[in-house]
Amino acid sequence: MLVNSRGALTAGVLAAASALLLSACGGSAEDDDTSKGDKGASTTLSMWVDAERAPALEDAVASFKKDKGVEVKLVIKDFQAARDDFITQVSAGEGPDLIVGPHDWVGKFVQNGVVAPLELGDKASQFEDAAVQAMTFEGKTYGLPYAIENVALVRNTALLPEPSATMDEVVAAGKKVVDAGKAKFPFLVGLDPKQGDPYHLYGIQTSYGVPVFERNAEGDYDPSKLGLGNPGGVEFAKDLAAWAKAGALNPNITGDIAKDSFNKGESPYFLTGPWNIPDMEKAGLKIAIDPIPTGGDQPASPFIGVNGFFISAKAKNALAASEFVLNYLSTEDAQDALFAQGGRPPALKASFEKAASDPVVAAFGEIGKTGSPMPAIPQMDAVWADWGATELDIIKGKADPAQAWPKMVTSVQAKVAG
Amino acid sequence: MTLTDDTRTEDGPDAAPRRRGLRARLTRPGETDSLAGILVKIVVLAVVDAFALYAVFLLAAQEEWLVLALGVVLTVAVNVIYLRRDGLPAKYLAPGVLLLLVFQVFVMVYTGFIAFTNAGDGHLGNKDDAITAISTKGQERVPDSPQYQLSVLERRGELAFLLTAPDGDVTVGTSDQPQEPADDAQTDGSGKAVGLDGYTPLSFEELLQRQDEILAVAVPVSDDPADGSLRTADGSSAYEYRSNLAYDAETDTVTDSTTGTVYRDEGNGEFVSPDGDALVPGWQINVGIDNFRRAVETPQLRDSLVSVIAWTFAFSTLSVLLCFGLGLFLATVFNVPRMRGKKLYRVILILPYAFPAFLSGLVWSGMLNAEFGFINQVFFGGAQIEWLTDPWLARFSVLFVNLWLGFPYMFLVCTGALQSIPDEMSEAARMDGASPWKAFRAVKLPLLLVSVAPLLITTFAYNFNNFNVIYMLTRGGPRFDDTANDVGATDLLITMVYKVAFGTGTGRDYGLASALAIIIFVVIGVISAVLFRRTKALEDIH
Repeated sequence: MLVNSRGALTAGVLAAASALLLSACGGSAEDDDTSKGDKGASTTLSMWVDAERAPALEDAVASFKKDKGVEVKLVIKDFQAARDDFITQVSAGEGPDLIVGPHDWVGKFVQNGVVAPLELGDKASQFEDAAVQAMTFEGKTYGLPYAIENVALVRNTALLPEPSATMDEVVAAGKKVVDAGKAKFPFLVGLDPKQGDPYHLYGIQTSYGVPVFERNAEGDYDPSKLGLGNPGGVEFAKDLAAWAKAGALNPNITGDIAKDSFNKGESPYFLTGPWNIPDMEKAGLKIAIDPIPTGGDQPASPFIGVNGFFISAKAKNALAASEFVLNYLSTEDAQDALFAQGGRPPALKASFEKAASDPVVAAFGEIGKTGSPMPAIPQMDAVWADWGATELDIIKGKADPAQAWPKMVTSVQAKVAG
Repeated sequence: MTLTDDTRTEDGPDAAPRRRGLRARLTRPGETDSLAGILVKIVVLAVVDAFALYAVFLLAAQEEWLVLALGVVLTVAVNVIYLRRDGLPAKYLAPGVLLLLVFQVFVMVYTGFIAFTNAGDGHLGNKDDAITAISTKGQERVPDSPQYQLSVLERRGELAFLLTAPDGDVTVGTSDQPQEPADDAQTDGSGKAVGLDGYTPLSFEELLQRQDEILAVAVPVSDDPADGSLRTADGSSAYEYRSNLAYDAETDTVTDSTTGTVYRDEGNGEFVSPDGDALVPGWQINVGIDNFRRAVETPQLRDSLVSVIAWTFAFSTLSVLLCFGLGLFLATVFNVPRMRGKKLYRVILILPYAFPAFLSGLVWSGMLNAEFGFINQVFFGGAQIEWLTDPWLARFSVLFVNLWLGFPYMFLVCTGALQSIPDEMSEAARMDGASPWKAFRAVKLPLLLVSVAPLLITTFAYNFNNFNVIYMLTRGGPRFDDTANDVGATDLLITMVYKVAFGTGTGRDYGLASALAIIIFVVIGVISAVLFRRTKALEDIH
């Protein structure tokens, strides 16, 4: 009997304790509800942003809170994982209202239906055309651009006062400086000893008439028309091998090594983007920004990357999110602040003009106008590995350009087709 | 029943005097809890039950009945196990089994489930989400149409749009009533209409409260529906939209009104036109064994499978042997009692184990750079040895780095095992006239293997799937010359699976990845089972 009553006692106490705990939790849950009920006062937006950009957004966030009473919570996310996490979470009905990212995420976002179209309306004309174009996918705009970035040829004017136009001239001029004993490398570009770097070399490649994908009449990339197989491809591959032989392309020089060497004044040329400029200035280099040198007879058109703001297709506060993006992040103040933080040329024309008082920004911006947006189509994922590895083999002299390039084209074609 | 005995002997002495009367009647095991023990039990169980009850309400609200049922069964089971007097083994086993269920069995079952679906980029959500996304995408702004300034008004609970065109014309309309002129509207300083008699303007806060309604408002441009409708995204401006893609629930088709193309659900988790064009996004469906069929048929897998499997086995076997060999050697050396400063040496040797493998991989990758790497510059006088880009040297390098990462673990394990072998054993061997090598070989090693062999098998399984080291050092490269696929000399099965499932076609293919993972799991499972059977034989030596 005693046993039973003890068991019953235990069970009773257990039930009571559970109930107590639950009521404690329940109480707090109710508090949450009441605060949520008063929606107008406490609507909050959440936005995924990388650590570097978050401080630049604080002013816009503060003025939005002041004017409209809506708080924007900036959630710092690791940039590498943000795209895939956003896709996974929004698909499951979770995720933030807003996300900051480069335009080439759009293809994946649309493919998974996680981003809402954004009608810029008359504001579109206030932004650089290339930026709005990049944010447009299959005829619809999905993001508000704020910065444009592209590579250009940075020249150390102390070593080489005059610019050169073609890649052959650039390599020859660089070699002269090296032969004179003033530098170690004729030309620098950050490659990767394991994967190559088609991104940096793309501007040169386009001068042979070999874009990665062809674009249709509306300016969209067409995944069924792989441009890599165009006739100039092999020509480009052969020249890559020749420049590598001349010592201009060295697969062992990674981006870090290239930056370090250039900042030490060991090379007259460095093919790179605006993100490396602050350190060059810190190193006390005198630099000039030249257009991408050409190899073929067509203009060089480097990839441009456009950063922007996107609204989730399942945003819980879609109206507030649109208001914030369209009327607060598109302002000159917000875009100025973002430029001051990141140093990337602004996408808003008015802000760009202010920033362009710096000749370096102006030059990068000018070269960006000749660029083409990095394809946002999901098929792009299937291109990088083969493209990079083949260029790498050619640069290392391990593969015959005439055979390796067409082989790569076949392989990429098969992968794009799925 | 050793556990029961232990408990009784531990608790017995101090519990006995207090509860002599009770104890006399209750002689069954497990009835030795102290009052504090019971209280702790009640509190912990209460927390568990409260949490479970909370979860039940949440799950019921989301109509997740299967998960709910599982949760209830588990909670009841936990309560029964701990409230019962009998079944002490169950009390010890329950937490472990629960964690096993959550972290292993669930993951495996879920992987199995995904392997039979088309989950991946473009097929992540359900069909309703896909239809919503397609309809939103189909809202095309009418070309060259103006941008209207918008004030949202309300009349008798119904929302109305008060629109100011760029030329100053003011119109008003609702979802049911096409826009009509409203010349008597009040305007603000900029000429934007902000109010109209009979309507109440909404403040921004009210807009936010009713944002879902506002986003759903579509004011017809004119009496002709083909002219499109006016919609807003931010509550302060409106545009004319025409819907190009319309979903018809009855026929389950989507029609593009500009081209007349009809997209049908052909059972592939997407709407497809007769030409084979698919609308994005699609949705997740069950595809049966399709993924397994594709896994076997993928050219990238088929062509290089033999060499990759051979290297995977070579890598995992050699990694285990080398790590164990070096670990055991060092453990034996540092186990010599005469040696001074053993502790310091041991700490230094364990250091590589303390670095995250990711970090070490990247650091080694930099040090092995052919032209600028530390190794070539310092040890080889600037020679350009292609550690990571020559096929055989790359294989050597990943093995070497993996040895560097892996031997401290074996060193630790072997040190522990050696110290548990009584010295008398080797002493006896010495007395019998055995040489030190013989004594080690015939006495210590077999004893050591009894305790270490299972760890060797798990290390083998771990290295079989050692994604980090390969990916950080070589990404599987250098690539084979004779294949057009992205497969290289140091690719393990797992890195190749990663490349196939996430690097081809149009993106991440979770279904295919899961199918491949299951195939690898079966391979490893069989090998491990065979090896574990062999270690049983080892135990017989004991």
